[in-house]
Parts: sequence; structure tokens; C-alpha cells
Amino acid sequence: MKADPRGVLTGAHYLDGDHAAAEGGLAAGCRFLAGYPITPSTEVAERFAARIPKVGGGVFIQMEDELASMSAILGGAWAGKKSMTVTSGPGFSLMMENLGLGIMMEVPTVIINVQRGGPSTGLPTLPGQADMMQARWGSHGDYEIIAICPSSPQEAFDYMITAFNFSEKYRVPTLVMMDECVGHMTEKVVIPPADEIELTPRKEYTGPPEEYLPYLPDKDMIPWMTKAGDGTRFHTTGLTHDEKGYPVMNADCQETLVRRLIDKIRKNADEIAIVEEEEVDGADVVLISYGISSRVAIPAIERARREGLKVGSLRLVTVWPFPETRVRELAKNVKALVIPEMNYGQIYYEIERCAAGNARTILVPHGGGWVHDVNDVYAGIKEGLK
Amino acid sequence: MNEIRISGFGGQGIIKCGYIVGKTASLFDGKFATLTQSFGPEARGSACSAQVLVDDEPIRYPYVTTPDTVVAMSQEAYDRFGADITQDGTLLIDEDLVKSLEPPKVGKFYSIPATRIAEQLGLRLVANIVMFGFFTAMTDIITPGAAREALPSSVPARFVELNMKAFEQGYEYGLAVLGKLPDGGEEKPEETKSGANAGAGSKREAGSKKAKGKSSSGKNTGKKKATQGE
Repeated sequence: MKADPRGVLTGAHYLDGDHAAAEGGLAAGCRFLAGYPITPSTEVAERFAARIPKVGGGVFIQMEDELASMSAILGGAWAGKKSMTVTSGPGFSLMMENLGLGIMMEVPTVIINVQRGGPSTGLPTLPGQADMMQARWGSHGDYEIIAICPSSPQEAFDYMITAFNFSEKYRVPTLVMMDECVGHMTEKVVIPPADEIELTPRKEYTGPPEEYLPYLPDKDMIPWMTKAGDGTRFHTTGLTHDEKGYPVMNADCQETLVRRLIDKIRKNADEIAIVEEEEVDGADVVLISYGISSRVAIPAIERARREGLKVGSLRLVTVWPFPETRVRELAKNVKALVIPEMNYGQIYYEIERCAAGNARTILVPHGGGWVHDVNDVYAGIKEGLK
Repeated sequence: MNEIRISGFGGQGIIKCGYIVGKTASLFDGKFATLTQSFGPEARGSACSAQVLVDDEPIRYPYVTTPDTVVAMSQEAYDRFGADITQDGTLLIDEDLVKSLEPPKVGKFYSIPATRIAEQLGLRLVANIVMFGFFTAMTDIITPGAAREALPSSVPARFVELNMKAFEQGYEYGLAVLGKLPDGGEEKPEETKSGANAGAGSKREAGSKKAKGKSSSGKNTGKKKATQGE
């Protein structure tokens, strides 16, 4: 289906990443944002709050905290609206419990984390990329999730639409893992006409109301959804449940449910994966990066190429599910993979796992607060060529 | 590629000034522009800066490394950023706010009493736009036509006229400094290139035609915070 033109601010704009993400959400049809302000993400909510009265109906609520924000968007989605919230590190921590509820109830929704330096309150106004593993494993229990890392305001807009589409298609909360640099960077953002924006519609149940089973999976492993209170019998819970949505406390039901929650993402990992490659064929060293670090690494790559070194680049747009197939392939054809990230090794260990000894893996860490020194990234490339 | 740093103190509209430079270049001059900002919780009153890259090609590495153009609208900003500029770069200052300066080793050095001009227009808050006009005149980074297109949608609707006036005053002041004013009758201010005594109590006025606006005694300034347009 096409986007509702009322939410699409078609044209060229000069926007920061936060504002672009808000516009992306609106273009994707999001009409409910519940959030609690936190630097450096507040501008997303500000923009959404200012714009929502002008798009033909919708609600912004400033909640009492992030626990409530996360709960509220799950409710918003069950009421039939596309819903999102936005936060940064400390708020992301508070959302983890109810993120798990969203995963268990299979609620299509989008959570933006504009990452700042941590742990704890850390560096409110300065960047970090150290919530990447929290994005993967932050809620308790076993699950798979989708996370996307934009590296520019244009991508913040574009990939918000992708995030909503993934969340609807796979019925899973989808994370947009920005960082302060991208959130507060301003560039031209081109918003296309509404009829050029393709949206994945909700997988709505259309059969006889009395036959509806809220957790009966389709062939694609995804159950049909209804609007709560709209005529069908409806029950959902965070407890392990059967096809009717009622709690069933035994190992068989747990196995059937959790297995499906994982498989619906894991078996589609290749379809979900979005990567950008540059001069990877014939490269001796490939730099793997995501978010702002991808752009910061460019002068180092260019310098190495000017010296005649064969350096490629693989940018992870989706980080979860991890684009494992491509990284495994790549590791067989290069000497080393160099990984600059604003943490002391998170995605690095995923890459090391997938390299499986076929290529050296070199971490170029940075504790956050500012981006990498280009010389450090260059030194990582040189190290990989040794 | 142009690497621009606009600096001053929080509350002067420094980031806004950078925003309008970037917007002018990328939306109305057909170029690419990336704005980043030094951003702290301290905000009003402390040093802040906006960095803008402008290029004909898409910008990949998004940060300013060695600026070729520096605007300083406070002493602290000048002290922090004034020397950090390429040798053939351009330095622009507000001469009433940057008083103590070593003659910088730069290609071009120009000064303007931007805040005083804004006060004469009745609102000190538009000093950043006076400086934006001056910047437009003194560098070839953006065109004045594009700047005039970008400005109205970048400031609150009720202040468009005032901001356009501020822009024109800054721009004309710049043309006068360069000796390019089309109006031959205009009094030509003395050159401040070389800059040795530019900041030190120079009492030049931008031109005799300037309307004497009510001087802003501060009662207007704090409250009317310009909100960000796009």
C-alpha cells in the first residue's frame, strides 16, 4: 500500500537526523508516539508533537517515564495504530522489560535509540555506539529482533519507513539504533511523494470473527492481527501462550512459541539483511562498520587506497539479525576484517565469530564521546595488511 | 570543499546561522552541505560553534578538520577557534565582541559590528543574520540570491521582514568593505583587511543611510527566542 499523503512532507528539506526520523515515522503512517524526553533524542518527539496535529489525526503523549512509554506504544499498536517511541541509553534500559512484552505479544512497533555515551547517564550530549548488544539481548528471555543503523539524516528518514515495514511484516518491535552524531547532524533530506513510498500493511485478520485465533501462525510463521475491541475475541499476554492467546505453562507450548518467535526472524535473516559494499572484490582488507563510524572511516580507507592498498568496505545497515551469511563469505576471501566501533567490542565479536578463523579480525575501539581519530582507523587497516 | 566554523556564545543564534548557511547551499545553490554542532548542556552564555561543510560532491566524512572560513562572534570563541584556520583562509569577526586579537595569519580578515547593527535594527537577536549577510558578501561559498530564498523559511514568520533587513545590512556592509557597493554615492568605509586595528575600538558605521533603530536595552532580547524552522 502507498503512504497517506497527509503524513508525507514531500520536498527537499534541511533537517537533522532526529527531525528526519520523526518525518520518516509520519510518512510510514505512525500516528502515535509515547515518549519521555531524553538528550539527544528529544528532537524526534518534539518534531512529532508539532507535526501530528497537521496530519489528519494522531496523538503524542509525554509519559511519566520510559516504562510507561513502551507500554503505551504496545497498546497503541493493539488499538490499530502504527506506534513508536524514542529514547537514549538510560531510557532504553527502562524499556527493556516491556520490549520483551512486545516481542512476546508480537506487536509491530518501532523504537528509536539515539545512542549517547554510557554506562548509566554517561555523556548526555555526546555520541556512543555501545547499546548494540543491549539492542540484541537487553530484554530477558530468548528472542530475535531487528535493528537498523542509519548514518545520515536522509537514511534516518528512509530507514524509519523500512523499520515500520519490517515491524509489520514480521510482527516484531524494530529498533532504529541511531547515534548522537547522526541525530544532530543536519543535511538535505529529500522526501518523495506519498505514492512513491511503499508501506507494508498490517497483517489484518479478515475471516469470520468467531473463528479468530490471535496466535495461529500463517505459513510464513506470522499470525494475523486484529484491533482490540473490534469484534473478534481477543486475548494477549506476556505469559507463554497457545494459539488462543491464553497462558499455557508447559515445555511443549514454550518450545512451539519461542521457536517460532526466533525462526520468523532467523529464517528470514538473509531477506532482512541490508548491507552496502564498496570495492570488496579483490580486497585484502575489508572494513566493517555501521552508523556514524562508517562515515568517519572513509578518509582512512581513501588514504589507504591512494597508497595502492586494496581496501573494501562493508557497511551494516541492518545489524540485527546479524548479516551472518555475507560476513562468513567475505571472511573466506580477505586477509583481515577491520572493525571500528564506538565501544570496546560488541559487533566485533559477532564478526569474529562469523570469520571463524578464516580472516583476522581487528577491533578499532573508541569509548564514545567523540568519533574515531581517522589515524586510528588507518592504523587498523595497516595492521590488517601485515 | 569549504570547511566553515561559525562560533560565538550560546544564545546568539550561532547554530541557526550555520543552519541557514547549510540550507542555502544545499537547497538553493545546488550544492551539498553538512552541519554539525558542538553541543553541550551548558547552552546559553558559553562558547558554542557550528561546523558546515559545503561541497559540489556528496559529503561523506562529515566533520570540519581545518576550517578555511571562521566566523567569531565572541572573544572566547575567537580565542578558541581564531587560530585554527588554514593560512589562506577567511576570518570574520564581530568587532565589538572580539576586542583582543593578535593579527591572525590568514588570507583575509574582515570585521563588522554585527551586534551593534542588529541593535540599531531594534533586536540584538538578529546579529547572527547580520553576520550571515556579511558572510555571504565576504566569501564565495553561497550566492546572495540563494541566501534570500533560504532565509524566510528559516526564521519565525513574524520576524521575516526584520531578518531580511538584517541580512541586507550585513551584506551591504560587506560589499562596502570590498568596495563593491553598486550605489556610488555610498560612503566607503575604510579597509579592515590586514586587520591590525580592526577590533580595537574601530568606530566605523556601516553607512550613513542606516536607520537609527531604537537601541535594544535587553528587554527584547532574552525572551524572543527564535524557533527553528526548516
